[in-house]
Amino acid sequence: MAQPLSALIPRLREICGDDGVITDQHRRRTYESDGLTYHASTPGVVVLPTSTEQVAAVVRLCAETGVPYVPRGAGTGLSAGALPHSEGVLVVTSRMRRIVEIDVANERAVVQPGVANLEVTRAAAPHGYYYAPDPSSQQVCSVGGNIAENSGGAHCLKYGFTVNHVTGLEIVTPQGEVVRLGGKAADAPGYDLLGAFVGSEGTLGIATEITVRLLRSPQKVRTLLAAFETMDAGGSAVSAIISAGVLPAAVEMMDALSIEAAEAAVACDYPPGAGAVLIVELDGPAADVDAQFDRATRLCREAGAFEVRTADDAAERARIWKGRKSAFAAVGRISPAYIVQDGVVPRTALPEVLRRIAELSAAASGIRVANVFHAGDGNLHPLVLFDDSEPGASERAAEVSGKILDLCIEHGGSITGEHGVGVDKACQMPEMFSPDDLETMDLFRSAFDPDGIANPEKLLPTPRLCGERPGVRKGVHPLVAEGAAEQF
Amino acid sequence: MTQDETTTTPLAEALGEGGAVVREGTPADAVCGRVPRFVARPPDTAAAQALLAAADRLDLATVVRGNGTASDWGAPPRRCDLLLETTALSGVEHAAGDLVVQAGAGTPLADLQADLAAAGQRLTLDPLVAGGTVGGAVATGLSGPRRLLHGPLRDLIIGMTAVRADGVAASSGGRVVKNVAGYDLGKLHTGALGTLGLITSATFRLHPLPEALRTIGATAADPETAQRWTHAVLGSGAVPAAVELDWPADGPLSVRVLLEGAEGGIDARARTVADVMDGADVAAGPPTGWGVLPGGADDTLLKIAVPIGHVAAAARLVREAARRQGVDAAVGGSAGAGVLFAALPASADAEPVGAVAAAVRSAVEGAVTVARTSPALAGADLDRWGAVPGLELMRAVKVRFDPRGLLAPGRFAGGI
Repeated sequence: MAQPLSALIPRLREICGDDGVITDQHRRRTYESDGLTYHASTPGVVVLPTSTEQVAAVVRLCAETGVPYVPRGAGTGLSAGALPHSEGVLVVTSRMRRIVEIDVANERAVVQPGVANLEVTRAAAPHGYYYAPDPSSQQVCSVGGNIAENSGGAHCLKYGFTVNHVTGLEIVTPQGEVVRLGGKAADAPGYDLLGAFVGSEGTLGIATEITVRLLRSPQKVRTLLAAFETMDAGGSAVSAIISAGVLPAAVEMMDALSIEAAEAAVACDYPPGAGAVLIVELDGPAADVDAQFDRATRLCREAGAFEVRTADDAAERARIWKGRKSAFAAVGRISPAYIVQDGVVPRTALPEVLRRIAELSAAASGIRVANVFHAGDGNLHPLVLFDDSEPGASERAAEVSGKILDLCIEHGGSITGEHGVGVDKACQMPEMFSPDDLETMDLFRSAFDPDGIANPEKLLPTPRLCGERPGVRKGVHPLVAEGAAEQF
Repeated sequence: MTQDETTTTPLAEALGEGGAVVREGTPADAVCGRVPRFVARPPDTAAAQALLAAADRLDLATVVRGNGTASDWGAPPRRCDLLLETTALSGVEHAAGDLVVQAGAGTPLADLQADLAAAGQRLTLDPLVAGGTVGGAVATGLSGPRRLLHGPLRDLIIGMTAVRADGVAASSGGRVVKNVAGYDLGKLHTGALGTLGLITSATFRLHPLPEALRTIGATAADPETAQRWTHAVLGSGAVPAAVELDWPADGPLSVRVLLEGAEGGIDARARTVADVMDGADVAAGPPTGWGVLPGGADDTLLKIAVPIGHVAAAARLVREAARRQGVDAAVGGSAGAGVLFAALPASADAEPVGAVAAAVRSAVEGAVTVARTSPALAGADLDRWGAVPGLELMRAVKVRFDPRGLLAPGRFAGGI
């Protein structure tokens, strides 16, 4: 342990108590990575504060001594945004998990950062409300982590991302000051620091109290699953639905290989022979949903769907979603190792990009790509499958994965739709942004963190970082294995 | 522009080197009473960069203007040496299949909407001030009635290019709706009144034009009734696009609810809404006089943003506070989103205006700002912003983007 850090420990114990500071090597190692396990680094010390005051005192201590710190929520992130610093403090918010208030009259919830995403909806549900952002890890991922990553979810096509649902934050700045941005009211005066803070990946501070909008639970939800012979046919159904002015809550698509994996893993019983399945979910006022649902069904049939199944209750809906929700974990059944990619293309470029991905896969021997994606907003999650016992396979897989991102950029898209940049994609940022863009982003960062101690080496490229490979996952994520999380 | 209209002083020449058309300022160009020395219109982003870099070198304070429809918003800039007109920063790229459009800052908003409507789409921004440009709308950051369902303007912006005070152009976001790569600098420029940079273009997500519209309106006996209706409508599952409150200085208070959606379902939804509002009328078309600011064009405007359950209290407070000062307030805005405007007569002096703002501020949770002053109060000593939490961080951002304080200095919150 580095000298300055060991000197800090007694003071950290004074702030967080003995049970709030972890120095033991083995216990520290349990925090060595987030959901992207390829990147790992044992944190210098781990603190588990229970209050805003403790977070502020820890960060002030870091600021005084120049020790870097890394914030961490539930550790479900997929870009190594919570990768610890080996000479730094890992600030874990998991003990700050109080729902401060469910304010029905003002349609807001106030929560601490360690509260799990789904707990907000559970607390609001008895009043007929819910919290809209629903990242796939919502059973365990923390609201604080959602703030850092600007998390989306399957339903963000209609309801938007975390940033569209946060109206107030209490933050601890990288200098250890407690600042309130916004509140229960909209449109706080001054620059929209609240909006810029959401999605800043822990580089601008730590959110210690969060005020979010609650939405009224929809009157009706209807889901359809349509099977097509080809991806092109499925894609044209998506285009037809969107062009008809229908805005579904979710539009998801899977290709033959991901269907095969899902069948192997969870026997989801999708229509045999499907080259693509499309899941379309509509929600809202009952009369509106019924009108739009009939139209969406007809458009699927016109685009060549050979089978359309519909779900009108929660149990039927769960059956339709089963294969889709299991897809990430399921590829572990058909491949020893895989990389999950997260890229975005304009929706109209999907058919072309999917063809190019197939060509990339065909050109790299032994590398298969399963495509699972949020078709409504062009957010691809290609799963690059390979056998890591085969010499050179992981390099070829990483190359295919990287070229998929190049395709996204080439088509005017993004290198990440929801997983974030973190460490994993910091080196790809210059492919999407000019040096002037990046320098301006760094200026903004330095306004909050002049000394560069808040989650350093994340989000923006640094010379030390670049050259590393994107994350490779083996088997199943530990949280998925223990049934605590789903990934899709 | 003919030769004799063009200024040829050395300063003007230096400003025009990058291709901007430069002329001398006139009283008609005044921003909140400040007449600029020069007015320059760059034809493209590169020229705008050269112009701002020159202004930076020459220590000229720059104020940005689109069509000038919101030049009276914010505080008067402390200095205004150069007025930069964005009207030549045009160009629209509409990716209809992706429901995305990129537009140059100078594009008139009405022209953009007309183009989009021809493709069955719209930018869901109800202009509170008519006649403006895309860049002006973004810099002013105002959102109209449909913010309730579709979000405020900032939620519709997916990418932006802006030029810093030193002439460096930087983009953030992109051309896809779902994108978390990098900091979303567009959030900072939205509503910043040109104090962090010159917005040269913005990219927006679009919505399809709805198949059917219904407006349900009723007169409420008092603000508490309006509040109760609002809560009931929001809770009804009818999913309104807007719930607006309108309380003219001399008339009764009314609530209007806008529904958008499929033809097959909209009448049932309209009945649901009408059932919770006594004496409601349902109209098929768009509402008349929709989404305009209360009061007259020269009135002083307060912006009152409160938690949605406090709208009635805020509306009542501002009326009563105004009456105590001997003036009448017209109140209107989004009861559903909790953002109201109150118009105080153009004849009202600074003292009563300040007193009304202070009275409401001290009694409500949220923020009360003097968003626009009457021409007579442009230079008045007024607390326009109230307390601004996070002001030190805002100053830190300003210092990094505009270290010499040359972009509309003093126009923004806390004297930024």
